[in-house]
Amino acid sequence: MAAAAPAIEIPNPGDAVSARILRAITRTPINIVLVVLGAAWLVPTIGLFITSILPASADASAGWWQIFSHPSLATWSNYDALFHNSGLITALKTTAYIAVGNTALVVILGALAGYAFAWLDFPGRDWLFIGVIGLLVVPLQMALIPMFKLYDTFGLFDTWYGIALFHTAFGLPFAVFLLRNFFAGLPKDILESARIDGANEIVIFLRLILPLGLPAIASLAIFQFLWTWNDLLVALTFGQNTTPITVWIAGQLREFGTSIDIIAPASFISLVVPLCVFLAFQRYFVQGLLAGSVK
Amino acid sequence: MAAPPPSGGPGRLGRYLVGAFFLAPALFMLGVWMVYPAVYTIIRSFFGPTGFVGHWVGFANYKTLFTTSTLTTAIKNNAIWVAVVPAMVTAVGLVFAVLTERIRWAVAFKTAVFLPMAISAFATGVTWRIMYQQDPGLGAINALGKTISGAFSPAGVLSTALPSTPSLQSSAGALVLKTPTHPGGVALLGLTGIAPDQVPKSSVQAVKPAPKPGDVVGTVWRDFKPGGGKAGVVETGELGLPGVTVELRSAAGKTIQSTKSKSDGTFDFAKVPAGTYTTAIGAQTFAKPFGGFAWLGPNLIVPSLLIAYIWIWAGFAMVVIGAGLAAMPRDVLEAARTDGANEWQTFRRVTVPLLMPVLSVVFITMIINVLKVFDIVYALAPESEYAKANVIALAMYFTAFQGAGNFGVGSAIAVFLFLLVIPVLALNVRRFRREA
Repeated sequence: MAAAAPAIEIPNPGDAVSARILRAITRTPINIVLVVLGAAWLVPTIGLFITSILPASADASAGWWQIFSHPSLATWSNYDALFHNSGLITALKTTAYIAVGNTALVVILGALAGYAFAWLDFPGRDWLFIGVIGLLVVPLQMALIPMFKLYDTFGLFDTWYGIALFHTAFGLPFAVFLLRNFFAGLPKDILESARIDGANEIVIFLRLILPLGLPAIASLAIFQFLWTWNDLLVALTFGQNTTPITVWIAGQLREFGTSIDIIAPASFISLVVPLCVFLAFQRYFVQGLLAGSVK
Repeated sequence: MAAPPPSGGPGRLGRYLVGAFFLAPALFMLGVWMVYPAVYTIIRSFFGPTGFVGHWVGFANYKTLFTTSTLTTAIKNNAIWVAVVPAMVTAVGLVFAVLTERIRWAVAFKTAVFLPMAISAFATGVTWRIMYQQDPGLGAINALGKTISGAFSPAGVLSTALPSTPSLQSSAGALVLKTPTHPGGVALLGLTGIAPDQVPKSSVQAVKPAPKPGDVVGTVWRDFKPGGGKAGVVETGELGLPGVTVELRSAAGKTIQSTKSKSDGTFDFAKVPAGTYTTAIGAQTFAKPFGGFAWLGPNLIVPSLLIAYIWIWAGFAMVVIGAGLAAMPRDVLEAARTDGANEWQTFRRVTVPLLMPVLSVVFITMIINVLKVFDIVYALAPESEYAKANVIALAMYFTAFQGAGNFGVGSAIAVFLFLLVIPVLALNVRRFRREA
């Protein structure tokens, strides 16, 4: 079949043209179907963006596709107003603190533990590792009520670090799993020779493991960043005045129709950051995904 | 596998200490934020709403969980999610992964489909709320529905029109002139209730045609002018209604001829045999335009949520299955084709069985995700429809932290969710152990 054609096509003067035309014809329906499907996957996000650059009056009177007949309606005034909205700015800062703080902690604690599980020998290690992995599917709902009380007692309620710490704990099982497996796959001789040279474990960890483990660490960091940036439930539970952007927008949802000029641009701002992170580091993201699900 | 202890390394105690140094921070966090709360929540689920001492209620919270209608709705809805989403996501991901193998712009397509994975389920909820708006003028999905339904059953030119005199009567959607007519007669079909912008642009002053022997003639017009005018009379300033389907019906009510009115509203049925007839304006003239489905209303909210969720996760399935596909031994596929298997047979008998491990990973991952689904429901369902759209995680949040603030039932819901996930945990641990 045409689809099984080798990736590198060597033009053959005899049949090249007709074969290529034939291939193109058999592929056309698939191309058309995929163009339609690809559009279906892009249109909602494009629609959100166009809605966000239309004035509220235009959004209330017609669909966002009106921009194709009235391009002059487009305006940055919604965004202008938002960037002068102290509520949104604070929410964005809170989101950044939570996401960055959490990512750093998960990477550091996960790498330390991953190294211990991969290369240190101590009794009970494998059982402990299985125990940590077992925590992977504990739903975070199991911790909401007790931590709500504990946070209240220890003054962590309604703080960005309280929210970040909660995410850290629930990110650790995956972090340990991912990094332990990656570290365990590093060449043994390098570590052995370092140990024979008298390097202690801390030096080995800092000088060898971290640099060599960078691809896995990058995957993990991107995952954690996106996960916490996009979180709603944890922040909704442990934040009151300290709210990341998702919760801030959720507060406006009640007046969906009338606040659309706030909701749409704020939602778009909230997704631009993860989108850029994703597009810039797509490779690592996919690697992490595959490590988490296929390996 | 682990390295053996290096010769001449630290002793048993030393190894404990080094291990503890590396593990302590992570274990501390897991202990305080996961293990302790999990135990607490299990115990808490047997106590009343407010506290422990003197509030032992046994399984009463679990009974509440299975007897309160909003909570049973949540369980039922989650069952629907589990039944539909993992299978759909896996199927869509498989189709995408297989199809993208054959196009040159696979990277662009994959990026487009994968994008929603980077976006928060919350922002997706907002995005789809815009898409799902009921007014076809506002919501893109209903606008598409209107375009499609318009192609098959177009809206009438005068969907709001009403008869101007009682002699025109409604019958099966059409308006029938009660007064019978004969060849040589004139039928006056006056309509009102037509906004000025609904009058067709080609419309001109209405004319009452002169009778013609052997023909039935007449006019369809907007029987209204500024100031009112006299009902049932064609007057200056009243406009003809062009393009309206007029039917000539026999005494038995059968449509014999049909025609369209001209710019001045006149129509002419030529060479009508002697007899008694009625005239009528066809039902299609008054067909209501497509008003849009209430995607976010009580009946469609669950399917709407499922669609949006599948939209998010299809990319995940596509990428994971695509990786499995890329790792598949090509010679097996080639052998199947050489043996004369066609495309479909190869797919069905070779590709899918070989991909089974990957497909089951996607499927299981999706079951876990779907059991814990929260954000998209919170963001996409209007608050008024939470009761209909309820899922376990949403019910847990609202029971424990909003309104009632019932920590007892809230804990029971969390434990129930945990119990649902445990079988999946068993599967996963087995898989991890095999790899470890």
